[in-house]
Amino acid sequence: MESYLVDITLILDSTVRLAVPLILACLAGLYSERAGIVDIGLEGKLLAGAFAAAAMSAVTGSAWLGLLAGIGAALMFSGIHGLASINFKGNQTISGVALNFLAAGLTTFLGQSWFKRGGYTPQLSGDQRFNPITLPFANELREVPIFGQIYWELISGHNIITYFAFIAVPVTAWVLFRTRFGLRLRAVGENPKAIDTAGISVTLLRYQALIITAVLVGIGGAYLSIAQSAGFNNNMSAGRGYIALAALIFAKWRPGPALLVCLMFGFLDAVQFRIQGQVFPIIGEVPVQAIQALPYVLTVILLAGFIGRAVAPKASGIPYTKER
Amino acid sequence: MTALPRWADVVLLPLLNVVLAFLVGGLIVLAVGQNPLQAVGIMLYGAFGYGSGFGYTLYYTTDFIFAGLAVSLAYHAGLFNIGPEGQAYVAGLGVILIGLALNGTHWAIVFPLMIVCGAAFGALWAFIPGYLQAKRGSHVVITTILFNFIATSMMGFLISRVLKPAGVNSDESAPLDAMTRVPQLRTFIELFKNSPVNLTFFLAIIALVFIYWLIWRTKFGYSVRALGKNPVAANYAGISNQKMIMIVMAMSGMLAAMVAVNNVGGVQGRLILNFVNGAGFVGIAVAFMGRGHPVGVGLSALLFGILYQGGQELAFQMPGITREMIVTIQALVILFTGAMGDMLRAPLARLLTPSSSTTGAK
Repeated sequence: MESYLVDITLILDSTVRLAVPLILACLAGLYSERAGIVDIGLEGKLLAGAFAAAAMSAVTGSAWLGLLAGIGAALMFSGIHGLASINFKGNQTISGVALNFLAAGLTTFLGQSWFKRGGYTPQLSGDQRFNPITLPFANELREVPIFGQIYWELISGHNIITYFAFIAVPVTAWVLFRTRFGLRLRAVGENPKAIDTAGISVTLLRYQALIITAVLVGIGGAYLSIAQSAGFNNNMSAGRGYIALAALIFAKWRPGPALLVCLMFGFLDAVQFRIQGQVFPIIGEVPVQAIQALPYVLTVILLAGFIGRAVAPKASGIPYTKER
Repeated sequence: MTALPRWADVVLLPLLNVVLAFLVGGLIVLAVGQNPLQAVGIMLYGAFGYGSGFGYTLYYTTDFIFAGLAVSLAYHAGLFNIGPEGQAYVAGLGVILIGLALNGTHWAIVFPLMIVCGAAFGALWAFIPGYLQAKRGSHVVITTILFNFIATSMMGFLISRVLKPAGVNSDESAPLDAMTRVPQLRTFIELFKNSPVNLTFFLAIIALVFIYWLIWRTKFGYSVRALGKNPVAANYAGISNQKMIMIVMAMSGMLAAMVAVNNVGGVQGRLILNFVNGAGFVGIAVAFMGRGHPVGVGLSALLFGILYQGGQELAFQMPGITREMIVTIQALVILFTGAMGDMLRAPLARLLTPSSSTTGAK
């Protein structure tokens, strides 16, 4: 019994760790898509953020400066996306695809040029990373059965970005549904003309959304390279941006469900390592690849309308042109 | 949209966009303290300077023509197929299955069957997203991305668990006999030394001509373009949009599938993990750069062939520049010719027709 509890807390603990970048990227996507901008480029921003954070942290020795650099890189990418899709009224999907390749190419290219380690940044340690925080009384309560175990293993001992990600969910819900800015943001994604008629700048609102997106996804990228790992390696986002996009669709563009879906995808990721080679009753051995593909398959099924219906914000993907 | 003279619209604007992409790429190379002109020189030498280099250039070009045509055909119907990568990967299964089933048979019989069988598998993998958009309303952009990932997992499982023969260490299928493989051009032409360019290259040239004929010279092509320009009008004119979406996606998948014929049938002679290696994604850049026209697609595919083969040479000669610089160029090309394709339109129009600035204002 006791060992089962340890097992479950360990899996849940890694679920949390694996879900954090998904949560941040998913919330990031939520802001732009709610404002009517499709963001296929999340993957690229995540990767660029991870690289910039690790590079800056390696050079300056400060994780906080690394975090800022991660956000900065994501902001630059958001800026390009904004230029292409808001100002030049280009195709947002194409722009996003371009950004993903740009990140994949640039991070490896610059990484090799700057650090000459085959695309890796130097190993980070100490203050170059965000280290685990032990919450008050965690060590004292550790010996308390069940509760102590859960508090010490699952709730305490994460880094600051993890706690930030979980706080960002209710904050996003509040901003989106309880503030004037949130109302306008949702309106510009559903009916930009109404916003324009009310005398509010569609361009400004959409840029604001893109900035919030960049900040969140930049933090998510930094988490990958300077909190979860100790440095950057090639293509370390490994499709998480796309999974976040899938989670966003799955959650029907709502913050609360987004958290749950990201945790579910994180859980699938966590168990994938554990079930390798294990034989289960009735079903036998489950191939790792089946678990890997599950988030994508589930999203396809959802998109096809077999389990509920996911309807995107109405003006999503359409550049706004004032009538002349 | 500002009107431009036709020659400027068809030639000048796309050319300027490509030049812009390469200029930015050059600046990035300059920024890390390397000489972009020297890099270009080395790349051109790598791509054309010697026989096997040239052969490799044509081999890459073959892949990129098919992937570029796959994206272009779908784009003419208003569909953005991001999935040639996965479609080609799954098509590899069709190619290897027929190849292994007839292993030892002469290639003249197997080659056409590989095309058919690969095309069937690629078509299926693209048809499903097409069906889901036509009948269930989910967008192909998202579903084709998801299908790329599903393909990676599925093929990974099939290769490492099902197709891998006992006693083999690396994850790959059993090999095809030499006589069953699509013959490489070096067996006829001494020049190509040890490069993998094979008969599939000519298939790519045929595909270019065929797609031109199909899109601009047939009723079907007219329907495709009508659907892409204005789905409502197309529907009103009696075209079944749903049917067209499914057919076009399936055909797009067939074109992507030929990447598998080139690689599985003609180069590796076995099914290996991730053999597509990004060629499907290059197709996106090729399609936008070539503006969906077979002439443009052929030229851009050649350009990317030069970049990929030349990039290989570059990695040897200039250690400061990795091959990933090519991916950066690819991204910039997609950005400037695809997403920001109209950025220079207004300034260009002002430059070319000075009077339009007064007529344009209200």
